[in-house]
Order: sequence, then C-alpha cells, then structure tokens
Amino acid sequence: MSGVPHLQIKNLRAKVEDKEILKGLSLEIKGGEVHAIMGPNGTGKSTLASTLMGHPKYEVTEGEVIFNGEDLLEMEVDERARAGLFLAMQYPSEITGVTNSDFIRSAINARRGEGNEISLMKFIREMDKQMALLEMDEAFAHRYLNEGFSGGEKKRNEILQMMMLKPSLCILDEIDSGLDIDALKIVAKGVNEMRSEDRAFLIITHYQRLLNYIKPDFVHVMMQGRIVKSGGPELAERLEAEGYDWIKEELGIEDETVHAGV
Amino acid sequence: MSIDTQLRFRKESIAEFSKANQEPDWFYEKRLAALNAVNVLALPALEKTKIDNWNIDRATPFLTEAKTDSTEGLDEVVREQIDERSVQNLVVVKNASAVFAAVSDELKAQGVIFTDLAAALREHGDLLKRYYMQAVAFDEHKLTALHAALVSGGVFLYVPKNVEITEPLQAVFEVSGDEALLCPHVLVVAEANSRVAYVDTFVSAQGRQMVSNSVVEVFVGAGAQVQVASVRSFSEEVHDYTFRRAVVERDGKMEWILGEMNEGNSVANNTTVLKGSGSAADTKTINVGTGSQRQNITSQVQHIGTHSESNLLSKAVMRDEAVTILNGITKIEKGAEKANGEQAENILMLSPKARGDANPILLIDEDDVKAGHAASVGRISEESVYYLMSRGVTRKEAERLIILGFLEPVVAEIPLEEVKSRLRQALERKLAR
Repeated sequence: MSGVPHLQIKNLRAKVEDKEILKGLSLEIKGGEVHAIMGPNGTGKSTLASTLMGHPKYEVTEGEVIFNGEDLLEMEVDERARAGLFLAMQYPSEITGVTNSDFIRSAINARRGEGNEISLMKFIREMDKQMALLEMDEAFAHRYLNEGFSGGEKKRNEILQMMMLKPSLCILDEIDSGLDIDALKIVAKGVNEMRSEDRAFLIITHYQRLLNYIKPDFVHVMMQGRIVKSGGPELAERLEAEGYDWIKEELGIEDETVHAGV
Repeated sequence: MSIDTQLRFRKESIAEFSKANQEPDWFYEKRLAALNAVNVLALPALEKTKIDNWNIDRATPFLTEAKTDSTEGLDEVVREQIDERSVQNLVVVKNASAVFAAVSDELKAQGVIFTDLAAALREHGDLLKRYYMQAVAFDEHKLTALHAALVSGGVFLYVPKNVEITEPLQAVFEVSGDEALLCPHVLVVAEANSRVAYVDTFVSAQGRQMVSNSVVEVFVGAGAQVQVASVRSFSEEVHDYTFRRAVVERDGKMEWILGEMNEGNSVANNTTVLKGSGSAADTKTINVGTGSQRQNITSQVQHIGTHSESNLLSKAVMRDEAVTILNGITKIEKGAEKANGEQAENILMLSPKARGDANPILLIDEDDVKAGHAASVGRISEESVYYLMSRGVTRKEAERLIILGFLEPVVAEIPLEEVKSRLRQALERKLAR
C-alpha cells in the first residue's frame, strides 16, 4: 500500500450477464490526483467502479487494468483491497451481528497481517478521532455494520471505513446521492482531509455540487460505456450550467446510455 | 424394550439409589409409577424426525461420583465453563451425582434455595412436591417416563416473593464414561415479583454411547421475571433429549436463551405456557448442525391469559450432511383475548447436502389476537461477502463473520461472560471443522 499509486485502465470492456456495459474505457490515475467521472444515469459509471473492485456480477471481456505494475484483474476482491483499492459503495450491505468497530479492526488487521495487529488503544483513539471529524455518534461504533442505518448514515460510514483503512486509491461511487448539504460538506471534509501525494481519488457522481466541495484535477464525461470527453474543473462547471446536451450534439450522440446501438 | 435394558433399569437399582439418597416416599413412588409407564408409553411424536433407532435407554443410570469441596477438583470440561472468581452460586452435576454445590450466605439470608436435587428432596421435600413434574407430566411419553423413573442429580432454585437476584446463578452438567446416563431435573420456582437469571451448560467428557435425558420446569409467579440461558455442547457420542417448560402467571415474564451446540443427535422441546393475563415469553434459540447429526428443535408458546405476549426466534446454521427440523408453534387458546404471538425461524444453509426445515405453525382459537410468523432458508449472500472482502478480509474470514454475525444477536444475550465466550468457542469449533 505504500508508495504513490498508479492506475492504468486500457480499453476496458465488461458485461453483466450478456449485456456489455463498459465498451472500451481508458483512463490513467496517478498519486495526488482527483478524477471525477460524470455523466447521466445508465452510462456505465457505477459499473466501472464495481468492475475495478471486482464485483462477481461483472465479467471483463477485454482490456487491462494495471495497478502499481500489477494486473488488477487477476486479483481477488480482497487482494485488490489489500493492494490499496477502496470503493465507497452506493448501496453498502447490512451485516447482522458484526459490529462496525469489530469489522473495521478486522479489516485493518487483514492489511497489517498476522503478528502486526493494531493495538486496541491505538485503534480506539483513531476511531474516535475520525468519527468526531465525520460528526458521527459514538453509538455507531457498536452498532451492527450498516444495519438499520439511514442512507446518509451508510454513506458517512463508508467514508469512516475509508479514513480508517487509509487506502491509496479511493473510489467514491455516488457518495453524494441522498445526502443533504450539511452531510455532503462533512463527507467532503473527510475526503479533503485524506488528499495527499500518496493517494488518488476517483469520484463518480452525476451532480456537480459535490465538486464544489471536493475540487477535482480532472473531469471525465461518460456516455455509452466509455469516456467521451475529458477536461479540467471548468468542464464540470459547464456541465452544471448547460447540462449534457451540448456534448451529445458535439459528438453526434442521440442515446447516451449503454443500450445505445443495441 | 430389549432384555439388556430391562437389566439396566430394574426396580432394585431404583430402590437402592432412592434409599441411599433418603428420598421422600412420594418421590420414590413417582419413580415406580413412571417405571411402569415406560413400557406402555410411546415415544413422542416428532415432526419429520424418527428417533426409534436412537439411543434412548441403552445407558447406565445412577452412576455416582465423588463430591469435591473446591472447583479445582472438578473435571476440565466443567472448569472451563466457570469463572473461578465468581463461583459463589454454582451447582455441578456429574452423571448421577451433584459433585459441587455452593450458594452465597447473602442469598441464603434472603430465603433463596439453590441446591442440588438430592439435597433439596431431603431438606425441602414438601416444597418440591408442589412443583415437581407439574409442568411436564411424567406420563406424557416414554422419554418423560424414563426421566421420572431414573432422575438423578439436578438443581432446585427457589426465589421467595419480591427477592431480586442480580448475579446469574450457574449450573454445569457433565456426562462422562462409556454408556453413562445423565438424567438431571432442573426446577426453578420464582415467587411473585421476584427476579432471577439462571445459566446452565451441558458438557460431555470421554465416553461412548452416552445418553442425556433432562427436564427443566420453571414456575414464574405473578409479576416475576425469569431468564434461563442454556448451552448444550455434547460430543457426538451423546444422544440428548430435553424437555423444558415454563408456566407463567399474571404479568410474569419468561425469557429463554438457548444454544443448541451438540455434536450428536438431539431432541429439544421448549415450551412456555402463558397462563396469566399480561404474561410474556421471549424464546431465542440458536443451533449449528454439523457432520451427520439429526436434530429436532421445537419452540412453543401456549397463550391462555389475555394480553399475553410472546416472541420466538430460532436460528440455525447447517453444514455437512446435518439435518435440523426447526419447529415454531404459537398456540392461542380460546379466551386469550388481545394475545400477541410473533415467531421467526431463519436457517442459513452452508452445504448442499445439509437439510434445514423451518416449520412455523400458528394455532389460533381466539379471534381478537395478533399473530405473525416469518421463516427463511437461505445461503450466505454473495453481495455481503463481496462487501466485506472489498475491505480486505479474505473470503473465508468474510463468511466466518457473516455466519457468526447471523447467530450473534442471540449469543450476545447470554448473561454470563464465561458461558458466552465458551459458546462462541463452541460455535467457532463447529464452524471450523
């Protein structure tokens, strides 16, 4: 996990069941960078996130993903995590009977390896600190993982796990959906706290408003399962002001979703 | 019955044991009546489980064991169940004998009786007579008759009116040696407005072809609250039969927390009779089926009193080729107006060869009631495994966390730390096989 992360996605194609969703996507992300992927619904953004993490539902049919010199697609989900990848999910699972704090500690120790476990005191101090920063009630440490959490609480809990695990490549999948503006600011504070030269972010959203609080270095627009336009933060601002139609016009796209041409 | 059995269970050995323990006449007579009934009565009718070929009576009763004055003299399998620092209130039974019994002066001063069955029969015979085999009748079926004929070792817990005991009382039952029989009777009487928690564990030492046949009776007085937590972790060499029944008076509350962790064949019936109005029952059971064991676990509530409330929750994890039949029965009698009975059975299947049957049964003879049930049989969710793995834990660890987590809401309710951690270990052991 140490060192500056480097992710290279080349011509990635992936399908779910028999439907191709990613249709030749390429992207390079380096340490210190914040990339935002924007785009209307149904253009494959979340599929990209899930495919990178290794969700069993998605099958890669072509292309490659190299992470820090290693073939990411050959790795199991847990190996990807231990290599430094983290995905803050849009719909995290609820796990009965496993407390938030016990689970986060197991996950930290899984990264550190046997014989090098984090001390309980150090863990509690760290947990208290990050929960305070995210303005989470202490009770969340001892509640079962995501069980009965509201949508906003789940999102905050994803960010808490990210802050505790300190991954080198953080993917946030629509972390802003369902969050009110105050919660959004808190989540953004957590992310900004973690920005560093040794860490990279890939932020998936279809609203520009999150990017008011987390300033991206690069903005990409996804349509029809690939990146169709890239630019700097000014691209996000133009999308906010004018919507996506001008891009569709410019590129001659009628249906921006992945179903186009099927 | 085979000739072999008749030899083991002859009348003379009952007489000898009864005499040696100075049992009252009424108790001895009950033994004899039960012995006569053994041959006439049939085995209990169990849903989808045939126990004709299980070991019911091929075991040796009345195996007496020496008493010990300190917990150091207890067997290792027993010692690991107890917290040496808090053994003030503890009864230990090995085979047919109570080998250790302690009760604090503080409880004695409040009129609490916590002792082994033989001592209770000598010292509090009349009190016992009012309750013994009144909730479970000796002639319900062959197994209860066998129990009443051969009963030996056990616990009597009596809590007087208005006495609230804060610390849980503990008992450990051990069966040990080839063809040994463990046949204990647990009798809990909680008078009006009293409060008590009792925790017991059933363990086995070395031995082959052992049998355990136990009856637990609980009488919950008006406004009293009783919690009974029980963990059974017998080896596969034990065939285990247990019949538990509580009778709850007006506004009383009965809570059962049951960890059925046996490795061998087991039958457990756990019934609460909500007799008084406003009485309540909460029954939580967990079970892990492994190897080729067969288990039949029934949780039952009978609503008689008006405004009575019950909750049944049974959870089972099935591995290997194990079979568990999980019955939940909520019976609401005519006249039990405003009763409310809820039940849920959840089974987690880990092996395609295992079988788990959840049978929710609602029997309702009154119109003005609420009742509901939910049953599920499922596998570990791949989505959940993916989620946990995405944080860096291995698939094996993710599955372990999900399985233990599935059972944890019940485990967490056990009031004694030592017993709770032993139960967790028993779970880990069963799941790691």
